[in-house]
Parts: sequence; C-alpha cells; structure tokens
Amino acid sequence: MSQTGTPADAPRTAVSTAPQSPAATPGGPAAAPVPTTDGRAAAHSSSGPLSDGGLVQLLTPDGERVAHPEYDRYVAHLSDEDLRQMLRDMVLVRRFDTEATALQRQGELALFAQSLGQEAAQVGSGRALRPQDHVFPSYREHGVAHVRGLELTDLLRLFRGVDHGGWDPTSHGFHLYTLVIGSHTLHATGYAMGVQRDGAVGTGDPERDTAVIAYFGDGATAQGDVSESLVFAGVNQAPLVLFCQNNQWAISEPTTRQARVPLAARAPGFGIPAVRVDGNDVLASYAVTAQALERARTGGGPTFVEAFTYRMGAHTTSDDPTRYRAAEQEALWRRRDPIDRLRTYLVARGALPDEFVASLTAEADALGEHVRTQVRAMGRPSAASMFEHVYATPHATVEAERAWFESYESSFLDRAEGSPR
Amino acid sequence: MPTFQQFPLPDAGEGLTEAEIVEWHVAVGDRVEVNQTIVEIETAKSLVDLPCPWAGVVARLLVEPGQTVEVGTPIIEIDTDPDGEAPAAPAPAEASDETPASSPSSSASTSSSDEGADLPDEVPVTTGSVHRVGGAERHRGVEPGGADEVEAARETAAREPVLVGYGLADATERRARAHAPGATAAERTADTRPGGGHAMAKPPVRKLARELGVDLDSVSPTGPGGIVTREDVLAQAAQAEARTLATYAGDDQPWLASGTVSADGRQTRVPVKSVRKRTAEAMVASAFTAPHVTVFHTLDVTRTMRLVETLRADREFADVRVTPLLIAAKALMLAVRRHPEINAAWDEPTQEIVYKHYINLGIAAATPRGLVVPNIKDAHRMGLRELAQALGDLTSTARAGKTSPTDMADGTITITNVGVFGIDTGTPILNPGEAAILAFGAIRQQPWVHKGKIKVRHVTQLALSFDHRLVDGELGARVLADVAKILADPAHGLVWG
Repeated sequence: MSQTGTPADAPRTAVSTAPQSPAATPGGPAAAPVPTTDGRAAAHSSSGPLSDGGLVQLLTPDGERVAHPEYDRYVAHLSDEDLRQMLRDMVLVRRFDTEATALQRQGELALFAQSLGQEAAQVGSGRALRPQDHVFPSYREHGVAHVRGLELTDLLRLFRGVDHGGWDPTSHGFHLYTLVIGSHTLHATGYAMGVQRDGAVGTGDPERDTAVIAYFGDGATAQGDVSESLVFAGVNQAPLVLFCQNNQWAISEPTTRQARVPLAARAPGFGIPAVRVDGNDVLASYAVTAQALERARTGGGPTFVEAFTYRMGAHTTSDDPTRYRAAEQEALWRRRDPIDRLRTYLVARGALPDEFVASLTAEADALGEHVRTQVRAMGRPSAASMFEHVYATPHATVEAERAWFESYESSFLDRAEGSPR
Repeated sequence: MPTFQQFPLPDAGEGLTEAEIVEWHVAVGDRVEVNQTIVEIETAKSLVDLPCPWAGVVARLLVEPGQTVEVGTPIIEIDTDPDGEAPAAPAPAEASDETPASSPSSSASTSSSDEGADLPDEVPVTTGSVHRVGGAERHRGVEPGGADEVEAARETAAREPVLVGYGLADATERRARAHAPGATAAERTADTRPGGGHAMAKPPVRKLARELGVDLDSVSPTGPGGIVTREDVLAQAAQAEARTLATYAGDDQPWLASGTVSADGRQTRVPVKSVRKRTAEAMVASAFTAPHVTVFHTLDVTRTMRLVETLRADREFADVRVTPLLIAAKALMLAVRRHPEINAAWDEPTQEIVYKHYINLGIAAATPRGLVVPNIKDAHRMGLRELAQALGDLTSTARAGKTSPTDMADGTITITNVGVFGIDTGTPILNPGEAAILAFGAIRQQPWVHKGKIKVRHVTQLALSFDHRLVDGELGARVLADVAKILADPAHGLVWG
C-alpha cells in the first residue's frame, strides 16, 4: 500500500499531473494506438498480438546463434550432442506427424491434429522438464509426448477411436490429451497447488522439487477456464508454467480476433510474470522454459510463456486452411521452419556428421513404418471396455447399462456367425 | 501370388458421407509407393490428396473422375505383390468365367462408369485387411446375392474403421436384427446365372461371337431357356463398338470424358458435375432472381491504346503484362468510386442492400475446368502496376486450374473480357451476390468521326448488366458512361482519381 500510494493520494496525483500531460490527450504522441474497427489492422502494429517485439531469440531464422544477456546461461551446458538429440526429436516427431496424417487420409484414423511447425516449442520446452515434473497437454503436443518417452503410437489410439487416450499419466508425467479447449489449465493449476501442499516445492532437493506445465494454444486464452487458472495460479503462487503456443490460428480465427495486445501481456494483470519467446527457436524455447520451471520448483510461483510460432498445417485433418489464410503467409513461415534453423546452425558448426543424418533418416523411416504397422494392428476394443473404466469401483447404474447393452447386442444376427467383437 | 488390395474411400473429414473423385495421379500399371499421392478428391469441406496405403502396382482404378462416391466404396485396386510367382492375370480357364471389363488385367481406366457402380458386389471390403485372392476366387462372389450381398459388404466396410461419434452408429443402423426377415449370407447361393457357369449358344452363334470378339458370357441372353441368340451377339457388338468411340485415339475430347456413348454412337451423355454444375447453379440463381438490365456504349479507345503502348515501353511495367483490360479495370474502379452505390449486393433473406466499401474485382476466366470468376482482393487499394501484377497472377492461377474457393469468394463487381474471343459485346449475367458486370468487347480499327473528319480509329463496345432491384437505369448508365469516358480519354482518370 504505502509503496503504491494511498487511495487518498490518487486523485491528488491525477489532478497535479493533468496540466503537465498534453501528450496524453488524444492524438498526442503517447496516445494509445487508435482503435480500428478491423482487428486485422492491429496485427501489424508494434503493439498487436502478432508483434515480434520482445521475443527471446537465441537462434535466428538463418540459424545464427545470437547472444542474450539473460538466457545464455540456461543453454550454456548444452553440448553439440544435446543439440543433435533435439534435432533428432524434432525430425522424428515431424515424421510421426506426416505418417499419422497419411493414415487419416487412408481411413485408419478418424481425425488427426498435426504439430507441424511447432516442433521447436514442444521439444525445447519438453527437454527442459525433469522426470518428476508433470505435463498437462492439450491435443497437439506430440513433440512433448515424444520427449517424455511415450510410445507415440499410443497417442493415435485416441485418434483412431479405440480408446480415450489410455496411457498411464503417472509413468511418464504426461497427462491424457484434453480435447476441450483450455479446461486442463484448471486441472494443471489444481495439480500444481497439490504439489505445493505436498511440500514438493522449494526444498532445494533437485530430485524432489516439482513443477507442473500446461500446454495450450492462443485460442484457449479466450476461454474463461484459462483466466480462472491464471487467477488461482497467481494468488496461490502455484508451481506452474502456463505454456501458450501461439500458433496464430484458433482453427480459422486469427490471433488478432482474440487479443489486442500480445497474449503474454495478459499475465501481469494476474500478478504472473510473462515472457515471449520465438517458438520456432528450440534453444530459446528450452531456455525460457528452464527458467520458468526453475522459478516454479524453487517456490517462485507461476510463469506465463508465450511461444510465438505458426501452425504450418491444418487445424486438424477435417480443416482446409486455404479457405481462410493466404499462401504467402504460409510461405513466409515455411522459411522460418524450426528444424531447418537448428540444422543450419549445426551444419555451420560442423557438428552434423553425415553418418548422423543418414542414421536419423533411417530411424525416421523405421518410425513411419512402425506407426503404420501398429495403427493397422490396433483392432477393436471390446464393447465391454466401455463400461470398465467409468468408475474405479463397481457402480449400479453402469452395471444396469452394461446388462442392457449386452442383451441389445446379442439380438443381432451376426453375433451367431462370429462377429468381429 | 499377386495380392490385390482395394482402398475404400476414407472419410477425410469428420462425418462426411461422400466425396467426388477430382483427378487420378496414377494409372493402371503404375508402380506406387506407400503414402504416394494417388488421387485428389473433393469433399464438402475441401480438396484433399489421398496417399496410397500400400506399395505395389495399380491393378484397377475403380472410380472415374467426376464420380461422387460414398465413403467406404473401393476406389482403387493395388497389387501389393506384383513380383509374386504367378502372373497377375487370372488363369485362362477361369478368365472365361469373367466379363472382360472386370478382369484385373484389362485396362480398367477406360471402362465405363457402370463398372465402378457394380464393384461393391465383387468383393466384401474391409479396411486394411489383406485379400489374398486370385481371379477365380475373387469372382466367385460376383453376381450372387445381389442387394443383400452388397449390403453385407457395405456393412463390413462401414464397421471396420471406428470413427469417433459416427462409425458405430452408422454400422448399427445397417446391421440386421434377429427378428428381421431375410436369409443369412450363408444361405445365399454362389451363382445365379441360369444354366450354370457358362453361357449357352448354338455353334454358329459361338463362331459369330468369336469373329466379332464378343465374350458370350458378357451377353444378356434373350433366347428360350436362356440361350444367347445371334441378335444378342450383334447387339452386344454394336454396343461395344459405340463405346470404343469414346476412347478412340485422337478422340479424347475433354468434354466427353466420363461420358456414356449411346448405342448408336451418335450421342454422348456426360454427367453434370464440378465447375459445370456450380456454373449452372450460379447462373440460374442469378438470372432468375436478379432482374437484369444491360446498357451498351460504343466508343473510340485510341487514346487508351496509346497509353497501353506507352506503359509497355515503361521500365516500371517491364515485368508485367499491360493490356487494354488493365485500363478498363482501372476505369471501372474509378467509376465505382464516383458511384459507390453500384458496388453492392441484394440480401434477400434480411431484406437489406449491402454496400461494400471495398472492391474485390472479379475477372471471368475460361479455364480447363470451366468458367471461374476469381477476384482481385481489395483491388481499389492497388496502383496500376500492382493491379497489372494481380491480374497476371489471377490469370495464370486460373489457367493452371489452381483457383481456390477463397479466390472466388466475396467478389463485389466483375469484368468479362469477351473481346479476347473477337466478340463485339454481349449481355453478361451477374455473378451472384454482385450488382453489376461489365463486358469488354473486341477493339477493332474502324472508320470513326474524329474532330469532324472520318478517321481510322480503335473502336470498342462496352456492355454493363446490372441488378435492377437495387440499381436504377440512371445509375447504371452513369457508371457505364464514366468507364467509357476514361477509356476514351484516360487523362480523365487524373481528374477523378
């Protein structure tokens, strides 16, 4: 209170400054950006949500390493081998992405959401995690899943419709995919508050101190759930990293229709520090996430990270982006490809031997083949499995529904002939 | 052994039931790789490239471009083991049991659309499962069973891929309940051809069939007891002859593609589809909802031709095409600027007139896929050079057949350049959702009274059609007069620009 002035001070201050501030009058140089009826006009302004201003960057789009006074120390320990592994992660995830998209087009998956173009944001942030940390993904975080050691084909069971995302969230510290936009940021906040109450924060034991990270998109920031989680994470100083991948498109809605200012600018209003990072720069994504996770684990509270990137593919396989966005924009972002950037850097350093490239190519092809074979062999879940995981313990209503369903199923002819189930 | 796999049309979106085959990227006999793009389809949502699920050799294309097929219908057959021990073609003895059109070794790409429609009868299709079947085995299920068998095959196809929220419900609807009447699949006979497997015919008829190259088994018998008569063979031969016309060398007219030739070979019936269909719908909608009025004007455009010459020599315009159409486009936009009421649309459901504060300038373009009207977005903001560039891009995109739905959406006013075909003028039909369209006629050297003397001048005709619901004759006339005034003397552009 005393630092910011008492309420009684406020009007006096306002009165005393008024005559001295002609610049604050409309049209003056300090005036806010003139509101326009077209949100798109704000896109190119220096203060709009698509601004390049204040982005943390360690690798330029041309693959040049640039120094950063604050974040260099977070990547100083990374060896060339570490960087090659990041490249490997990104290449494998992209191959997985391509294969899964093809499988959808072949009728093997009902739907697929590509992570194409967002590999650096996902792999960089995922690599900064420790084993005890817990991830709450949305549904596009294939890169994070891969880094957390999940079998990637397990992700596709959901997209094939044979289960609801049936991996064990605790074994990899990677929660189930959430298709509802933004709701999992609340789950993550609650989980982080639980971690806090378990006393697994700020102990100084690197094996024990735990952070939670929630991944969500630019579109989710317009959901009430995300605002609520910012409120709770902020006031509780929860050990949480709110990792927003701003890929600029909420299906067909541009970020300019979601915000008037950079998305990261919202967090300070909730008392949460925010940082904007070039999400196509794997090193910078690693560095800012490492810093945010460190803050969370040491009891410093939540951080909002806005990774500014681009959804190079469609929203999902059901979407056709050519109907709402220009080819020039896509071409511009193809030139900022996250994988090319790291590859160029490694080549320039002489740290990308041909043998590595060859074995990576072979590994990617093998992964593609593996994914294809695994998905085709997934088969059908038993109808009974629908009822098995609704509650942890037996439940009368579920039992009654199961009995009805079984009698209904047995009324079909093909049952006798040996149905596929 | 060769192993044939059929690829059923997948649901490329969520819950789509059908798609149109736009273009095959492979032909029978081509070797294909896994995930190689084989076909472009158009769904209700978008154009989608489908990747091949298997490596192998294309045995048959089961659906023709332009056909709309249901999800689950097999569209291509791939031999996934073409280098296997036995030849890909069925054994001769068994081949005689088949119609020529359905043999996997025949050139299925030229077969008629009827064949594609028959296919679900042939093989019960399951997604991704292997059909290791040779010619005879595959064919055993051909004609038998009829509709029930088809339904059984569809059922299997529909149930295999479990689609979130759609697949199961769909399959359930099609499953037979125990109390429903009807035989089970097991009770259905394997062959319903009267008189057993082979067609019956007298020796002279057999000889005739051999001479004419007619497969007796493919002939519908009309004789007593199901025998094939001489007339049946002749009719079949005549039909086959007529059909070959469609694929006769040098007769591959694009507009006849996917058509069916009449038995006498004098007519071809082509299903209305794609761009043709959309053009027809748009034109009917426009012509019968907006009362059209067309006004005409003949004028001397010699000065415009001089301007075109000057600009062509200008270094700034070196890498763009400068044409009279460019000046006409600019003139039209200047006229719209003076009379913005014309740049509007009639909104019938809301009973409102929508005035547009921007110009998306439509240019009617003849393309390989038919008439399309892409538009130049925000053309009113463009300088002449930028406009020339945009016109060039629009034209080349349209000619390449790459015009996207976005390119065609939200036009506000259109120019149709009928002059390029040497035509003086016409009465254009409005692009739906717009209030005016300008036809730009051919420019000819003609005698013209110029400064009191008869001179040879460049003369053209302009026609402007407008929607009389929202544009009155006076407004239409003024707009056309303004366009004409600038084309007659482009310096007026300076005055009004």
